[in-house]
Amino acid sequence: MPPFQTLLDNHAADVMAVLRGAVGRGDAEDCFQETFLAALRAYPKLGDDGNLRGWLLTIAHRKAIDHHRASGKRPLPIAEPGAIAGATAEPELDEGIWALVGALPPKQRAAVALRYACDLPHAEIAAALGCSPDAARRSLHEGIKRLRKELA
Amino acid sequence: MKAELRRLADRAAAEGLLDVAYANVDSPFGPLLVATTPRGLVKVGLPNYDPAETLEDLAERVSPRVLEAPARLDDVRRQLDDYFAGRLHEFDLPLDWRLSRGFRLRALRAIDRIPYGKTRSYTEIARSAGNERAVRAAGTACGANPLPIVVPCHRVLRSGGALGGYGGGLPMKEALLRMERASGT
Repeated sequence: MPPFQTLLDNHAADVMAVLRGAVGRGDAEDCFQETFLAALRAYPKLGDDGNLRGWLLTIAHRKAIDHHRASGKRPLPIAEPGAIAGATAEPELDEGIWALVGALPPKQRAAVALRYACDLPHAEIAAALGCSPDAARRSLHEGIKRLRKELA
Repeated sequence: MKAELRRLADRAAAEGLLDVAYANVDSPFGPLLVATTPRGLVKVGLPNYDPAETLEDLAERVSPRVLEAPARLDDVRRQLDDYFAGRLHEFDLPLDWRLSRGFRLRALRAIDRIPYGKTRSYTEIARSAGNERAVRAAGTACGANPLPIVVPCHRVLRSGGALGGYGGGLPMKEALLRMERASGT
């Protein structure tokens, strides 16, 4: 296994960006610490360094879910509108969209956020969600279909 | 991100998850990579070695839980600074010897006892390590010293007084010996 520091060097910024999107700026730091401590704990026994980025994003995703559960909140909007690529329409509309995204079932919400807020390809969304690329594609598709319906 | 990473290293250490902490330290010869385990200093990487390779080696031989955590090496950095300034003649650091074993370990422990400003021959080190005829092996032990400078393998010379070898290059060995002679009491 590579020295753990190389994981931080290569992926810490991405993990932080994903967490800011998932739990908001204020709570992202705590989730970031929890994510990397959990990763550090499991790392020596991981035994496969094939997709460390996907592995880290999976842990970050779980920590974000834990965080939402612990705070007793409903799943929250995924990202600050400013951080979302292509979110150039009126701010009100954007906030509306992300509030709707926040109301999606967890897998769909995560898939939509990872795709559009974090710009991840399907394979990495799958790795982050711990499912097959097909299942990730389906979650994303279902999520978008539902958003379309709500907006129509 | 710096503050977050510092906090992560602190928390990892508090939870027993920081197996190898490392830092880069300036020296008159170039940057040194120093690494410590909870037991003590485990590695000093000389400037002519690739730090990335050194870290990979530590990840493999000690633990992959390797983090950059300069605060955990403050004491090491201070003592090295003082040594290079000629102010410190004997390091007072806990050492983790786990990267050496057998004859090499015995040879390095003998080298660790050579006083500041003095030298010994490879033969003398071989004898102290329990096998007077293993002169070449004593040389190999010096070459494989994971803790150069702190465990002063630069104080080991050929029997006739010739420099022999040095992992950091002969000019560095010569400069260290010259500095110690000038600063010695």
